[in-house]
Amino acid sequence: MRYLPLTADDRTAMLKTIGAKSVDDFYGDVPASARLKGPVAGLPNHQGELAVERHMSKLAAKNRPASDGRFFVGSGAYKHHIPASVDHIIQRSEFLTTYTPYQPEIAQGTLQTMFEFQTQVAALTGMEVANASMYDGSTACAEAAVMACRVTKRNTVILSGGLHPHYADTTRTLCEAAGIKVVQLAPVLDGELDLAKAVTEEAACVIGQSPNVFGTVTDLTPVADAAHAKGTLLVSVFTEVVSLGLVKPPGEMGADIAVGEGQSIGVPLGFGGPYVGLFTCRSKFLRQMPGRLCGETLDADGKRGFVLTLSTREQHIRRDKATSNICTNSGLCMLAFTAHMTLLGDKGLTQLARLNHEAACDLADALGAVKGVKVLTPRFFNEIAFETPKPADAVLAALEKHDVIGGVRASRLFPGAGLDNVVVAAATECTTQDDINSYAAALAEVLK
Amino acid sequence: MTMNSTGRPTSITSAGGGAADTVSGSKGLLQAEGLLFEIGSTAKTGVDLPAPKGTKDRLGGVTRKASSNLPGLSEPEAVRHYVRLSQKNYAIDLGVFPLGSCTMKHNPRLNEKVARLPGFADVHPMQPQATVQGALEVIEELAHWLMTLTNMPAVAMSPKAGAHGELCGMLAIRAALRARGEGEKRKRVLVPVSAHGTNPATAAQCGFIIDEINAAADGRVDLEDLKSKLKDSSDIAGIMLTNPNTCGLFERDIVKIAELIHAAGGYFYCDGANFNAIVGRVRPGDLGIDAMHINLHKTFSTPHGGGGPGSGPTVLSKALAPYAPVPFIVKTADGLRFVEHHSDAPDSFGRMCAFHGQMGMFTRALAYILSHGADGLRQVAEDAVLNANYILARLKGVMSPAFEGYCMHEALFSDAFLKGTDIETIDIAKGLIDEGYHPMTMYFPLVVHGAMLIEPTETESRAELDRFCDALASIARRATQKDPSLKTAPHLAPAKRLDETRAARSPRLKWTPEAPTLKAAE
Repeated sequence: MRYLPLTADDRTAMLKTIGAKSVDDFYGDVPASARLKGPVAGLPNHQGELAVERHMSKLAAKNRPASDGRFFVGSGAYKHHIPASVDHIIQRSEFLTTYTPYQPEIAQGTLQTMFEFQTQVAALTGMEVANASMYDGSTACAEAAVMACRVTKRNTVILSGGLHPHYADTTRTLCEAAGIKVVQLAPVLDGELDLAKAVTEEAACVIGQSPNVFGTVTDLTPVADAAHAKGTLLVSVFTEVVSLGLVKPPGEMGADIAVGEGQSIGVPLGFGGPYVGLFTCRSKFLRQMPGRLCGETLDADGKRGFVLTLSTREQHIRRDKATSNICTNSGLCMLAFTAHMTLLGDKGLTQLARLNHEAACDLADALGAVKGVKVLTPRFFNEIAFETPKPADAVLAALEKHDVIGGVRASRLFPGAGLDNVVVAAATECTTQDDINSYAAALAEVLK
Repeated sequence: MTMNSTGRPTSITSAGGGAADTVSGSKGLLQAEGLLFEIGSTAKTGVDLPAPKGTKDRLGGVTRKASSNLPGLSEPEAVRHYVRLSQKNYAIDLGVFPLGSCTMKHNPRLNEKVARLPGFADVHPMQPQATVQGALEVIEELAHWLMTLTNMPAVAMSPKAGAHGELCGMLAIRAALRARGEGEKRKRVLVPVSAHGTNPATAAQCGFIIDEINAAADGRVDLEDLKSKLKDSSDIAGIMLTNPNTCGLFERDIVKIAELIHAAGGYFYCDGANFNAIVGRVRPGDLGIDAMHINLHKTFSTPHGGGGPGSGPTVLSKALAPYAPVPFIVKTADGLRFVEHHSDAPDSFGRMCAFHGQMGMFTRALAYILSHGADGLRQVAEDAVLNANYILARLKGVMSPAFEGYCMHEALFSDAFLKGTDIETIDIAKGLIDEGYHPMTMYFPLVVHGAMLIEPTETESRAELDRFCDALASIARRATQKDPSLKTAPHLAPAKRLDETRAARSPRLKWTPEAPTLKAAE
């Protein structure tokens, strides 16, 4: 077997050194009723590389990749171009096949990239501190809600109607388990500022999103002001990190905690994971923050180096008093993010953001010109919601026949919310003018 | 020194001792590398994008005012930056990585290849489900293997890491207790003192109260202590028990423990972090458990990536299956479909993350499983356990095994052999670095003083194990002879011992132009 170095002779010799008759001796503590005599029944035996690759390729071929044609799905994950060097960098053995940097003398590579990542994320969001990443944007959002309760010693969180519903659901799951009350505002296309009216003195935080799940960008400053007047925190969420190249970042809007999905920079769509959650906050809340942190220090020779730090917040030290049970970050995706961000620089990011926005402007114009279609999103970055005279599920299914994957029906995001004729569609730098023209032509045909 | 006729030296000079500091800061193959913020520039970028057309924006004035000021690098500079940094890392591809309870085994490259097929890497979680049937089949096929290997009737695939899987299991237990009308009454969860910190942290996150059970002298759960904690069992929610446990031992009373906890009206959460020791030889479902997460990055060898991403599918018993999180897959006349909404699965405890879990880890784990097959997976467990016992046998004369008898997949030593010296566990660990190895897990589990936990995994050859044991044995001997150089080890690593206290006292978590770097105290 190609992955197992021991030979039969090795095994015999090693058993002799140990003084055991067979490996069965090592399993002597297993209750007799649970000992299997041979391999688990009903499963096939080992296969060569060729056979496995063929099988996996066959399964992969049943899926339609986003790059295969006109593709406008966003809603929390975005199709972007990733420079070839990013995948090369993350496949370096020393990054790919290493562990959490618990021994800093032989992990400065990982630690320095973490420190650079934290600096980049803080600068992008305009926030004071960033951690070394979470599982994804949705779990970062849930952890932010729970953290806000720790900071304020309050027990209610208020979610905007424009928060991605999966983020809202994930947050509700974690909050309910912790005995935290969740108030959910109804889904509204342009309703983030409703949070300012909804805030109460019981609320630990209000959670708003910009650009929100309908694509609407909002200056959350009035929400921050209203929240702070009641001792409530503003948690600002984003699912499209490329927007921060152009759109007002959370730090400029008075956010106390800002979280989001980092997938758009460096990480492929990958059917939803693994992704990379970004988590930032004000410095004064540092010790209530979940997740891993890397800090600068000196070694015994007085040279700069980096270590994991403030671990007294974490489960391996604090156990049941920890700020979170989280034990990993999203290491390799974090590396992909920071490497792609390094290639972009501020110059590249700003340009990338402009290209995304212009593609969405073109999409809005082209679809808005189709008879019966109404673009609903008033201010947007690279995603829009539009209404058609026919139910969105039928429209999208018909578009598929024209080889246009036209977006996500709002009723898949918010079932039963009366949004049956609404589609959410995204455009990025990967979207060509031809893609947009084909979409508009197909939509006109479908709605005829 | 001898010279040949062209003046080229033919032998190594004997002059000089240690390496002098170099002007460049580099040392031979090991290149010095500054921070991105010192070497990059806002004028640089490593991407060529088309010029924007200059369309008037539709942002409604919600625009960024201050530049991020993030520096960029051209592609050659960026590649060098990361390759130079990578060389300061130890990795399983370089040598034995014996971190106990972390399972650092070889990552087959076929798995990297298949995960990057466009049909897996370039599909969107929200695109029409008819266009991703192959992806759903991967999830279903992996789920089938996981359920069959564990003999459990259900599995939740969305948890994103081991600790997230623990959360899944404990939320299912919470939901089951609430369905019985006992959610408010049953709050106490038993957790052994030897447990990984995520266990108590997870239980606390779900609103449970932690009650610790002692370890017996043989490293297993103290059954008498457990029984005494169950005397008044009306508030018992369940137990969280790792098996094989964090001492590398099989809990021989596990069936009895399952019976006791069920009789007390609680559920049995088994931490499956060490499933790699028993996969193919023992099915946890035969032991009476109710839930167990499986770390795909451990047992099924998806790469650890410097700290993630992980993946923690969680198998569930018949009693807990109805409460599994959304989304999950069902078979319909139109093929496989996700049930995505809580409203379509009212018993479910809800959603744990935005999409369907760590698909990139599923493809890798499935390729690993198919490569090994039922026979190979059994061999994986046997070789992992054999290798650990070989290390235990080879080192028991110079170090102090924590417990009598054989171990499972990891060998645990205490610091008893260091008594009478000022050498500590951390010094042994740092000494291993100079020998070219990553240290073992140190100071965990907490039940053993100065613990050193060594897990070789099945992907080490006998020759590698021998070299490793020779090195560690020599360090142990140097320690008992009070070799002072161990106190300042490592001497040969890219960095000397780092001041962790200083890092925590006044945290510097990002680079700033005002104070670009720390200075050594004069």
